[in-house]
Amino acid sequence: MVTLKELSKEEYFLPGNATCAGCGASVAIRLAFKALGPRTVFVVPACCTSVIQSAFPHTAFAVPCLNIAFEAAAAAASGVVAAYEQRGVKDVTVLAWAGDGGTADIGIQALSGAAERGTNFIYVMYDNESYMNTGIQRSGSTPYGAWTTTTPTGKREHKKDVPLIMAAHGIPYVATTCSSYPLDLVLKLRKAKEMKGTRYIQILAPCSPGWRFPTEKTIEIGRLAVQTGMWALFEIECGKFKLTSSSVALVDKTKRKPVEEYLQMQGRFANLTNADIVEIQKWIDEKWENYKKLQLDV
Amino acid sequence: MRSLRKRVSPRRHNNGEGTGLMAQVIIDTGNHVAGFACRAARAQVVAAYPITPQSPVVEQIADLVERGKMDATYIRVESEHSAMAACIGAAASGARTFTATSAHGLALMHEMLHWASASRLPIVMPVVNRAMGPPWNVWADFSDSLSQRDTGWIQFYCASNQEIFDTIIQAYKLCEDKRVFLPAMICFEGYLLSHTSMPVKIPNQKDIDDFLPPYNPPWLLDVENPITHGNLIYPDWYMEFRYFMQEAMENAKKLIPEIDREYGRKFGFEYGGHMERYHCEDADIILLTMGTMGSEAKVAVDRLREKGLKVGTARLRVFRPFPKEEIRNLARNSRMLTIVDRQNSYGMEGPLFTEVKASLYGREENPLTVGFIAGLGGRDVTFMDLETMINQSLKWLKAGRVEKEVQWIGLRK
Repeated sequence: MVTLKELSKEEYFLPGNATCAGCGASVAIRLAFKALGPRTVFVVPACCTSVIQSAFPHTAFAVPCLNIAFEAAAAAASGVVAAYEQRGVKDVTVLAWAGDGGTADIGIQALSGAAERGTNFIYVMYDNESYMNTGIQRSGSTPYGAWTTTTPTGKREHKKDVPLIMAAHGIPYVATTCSSYPLDLVLKLRKAKEMKGTRYIQILAPCSPGWRFPTEKTIEIGRLAVQTGMWALFEIECGKFKLTSSSVALVDKTKRKPVEEYLQMQGRFANLTNADIVEIQKWIDEKWENYKKLQLDV
Repeated sequence: MRSLRKRVSPRRHNNGEGTGLMAQVIIDTGNHVAGFACRAARAQVVAAYPITPQSPVVEQIADLVERGKMDATYIRVESEHSAMAACIGAAASGARTFTATSAHGLALMHEMLHWASASRLPIVMPVVNRAMGPPWNVWADFSDSLSQRDTGWIQFYCASNQEIFDTIIQAYKLCEDKRVFLPAMICFEGYLLSHTSMPVKIPNQKDIDDFLPPYNPPWLLDVENPITHGNLIYPDWYMEFRYFMQEAMENAKKLIPEIDREYGRKFGFEYGGHMERYHCEDADIILLTMGTMGSEAKVAVDRLREKGLKVGTARLRVFRPFPKEEIRNLARNSRMLTIVDRQNSYGMEGPLFTEVKASLYGREENPLTVGFIAGLGGRDVTFMDLETMINQSLKWLKAGRVEKEVQWIGLRK
């Protein structure tokens, strides 16, 4: 186990960064850097992190960082890995860090290719469930019913299940976590660091301006996402599915909070009808039936 | 090919007497020769995706790597966009990097072409020229590479397999010069060179290593010395970065003939820097071409000279940076420039024609200029076609007036 006290005191995500107030993604960056340490090369496509790192001639990162085009994070990281291999440097972790648009949508081809090739890197999707950097447009990772600027009456499709898509590639490690669960997040990144091959981690990162909640509620919203089962914390290690942290107990449907508790705190769900809420609850319950099966399959 | 046979003289087939080289002469296709050049340059990371007619380049490299005959990591990416992205990641991490593509593959790379040049990474990439679809066409023209004119890449155009080999080695030397640090395309026409076997002299590896020392980048992704590359930049800085690229291109323009001469001294092959000239000194009409048409043009010039006509030809070897000054030199001694484009800019004219005229504009006295569009989608351009263009130009030169500024050659009636 890891405790918060045990975490590195060293900061690799520096003051002067350009995050919005209450940014879940920035919490995730800080923790990820602490978990991985300074011998990490960071590859960032177009996403909130392009802005979070701050503008030239400054940077908020104490690790080397290559910015790259929107759809190209996994491919560029493949090149970094190959070059380090050729140069005989072995103890460096290559971390591609992309948003949900850059992963679930425009970047999924490059990611799938890199995973199929067994590229030796960690790919993190920090999932704020929309194109937040461009101003809150719908992505494949936006949940059903959510308002975005391109779904002004609410999205009519459910969230794309990228973790299970990645698991279908047969990669050694797939995990989900959330910026409101620092220990879960750090444990998973540390575990990933010790493994070889393609490792995929998806971090739910609540976004105050995009989800329409007060900036001081970021951690609470993330916790509610998990407690209602809207987001599950799990890992799939060498094909073995396991719920982790607060999600373990939630296989029992009665332990999950009703999804309304999560939805009502966010302006993006303000226009949901009762039928929409029923639809979302049904989707959650079906997801969890599947998790139950996956857990039993082992 | 004809011109190449002249160049690879028997004297060069021996053990390199006078040059101290153990030369090996092979007979192989342009594509395979590009693969050999990639190995000879000691490229460390190759990321490439197959496309007709480039595929044998990557097959060749895969074969060399898997048989342990080449020490490189070959990333078999899932698209050309990813190929260039991977090259960027690798070059930014300190590896000498190589890829190759054609036509639609190059078009798919477009975004990353900008990314590579603006990142100032010396990636070298053969472009096996192929026409853009639709309709599907796998044969040669320059519509693929010339549409990437403004991406900040140096562009070489080759006329023989020997030149492909030599230019790839020269390009690494040029691109990795700290005054340049830009990527380069080595363009050669699909099938005409890519699938045509020719004799090629491959120099001794040690001599290539002397000519081309290991890649020593001015910046890289280094955990010991962390930098952030390519982050947001405001309008108060952006323009300076673009100006530096323009400066780098100007520097490349100066270095190209120097490197060509140095290579020539060492290995016996030299291409006139930006431009290969043939009987230009006293020519009234100079036919200006690119690529393999340059070889056909020599035949046309020989035949017309036999008839006593004062004609010459120049083959442009470098399209970016564009050798304005060289074009002006051609104009100084001639009365007419006849420009052949294997590509058209729709709504305007052939891009080479445009660039030539732009280079001449503002001079007090200029030769007549005329443009021809020929050989799109792999249609043959023979010395006879080029003779027709020259004869047509001669008529207009006598009349002192060009009747038709641009003409498409060989169209069906």
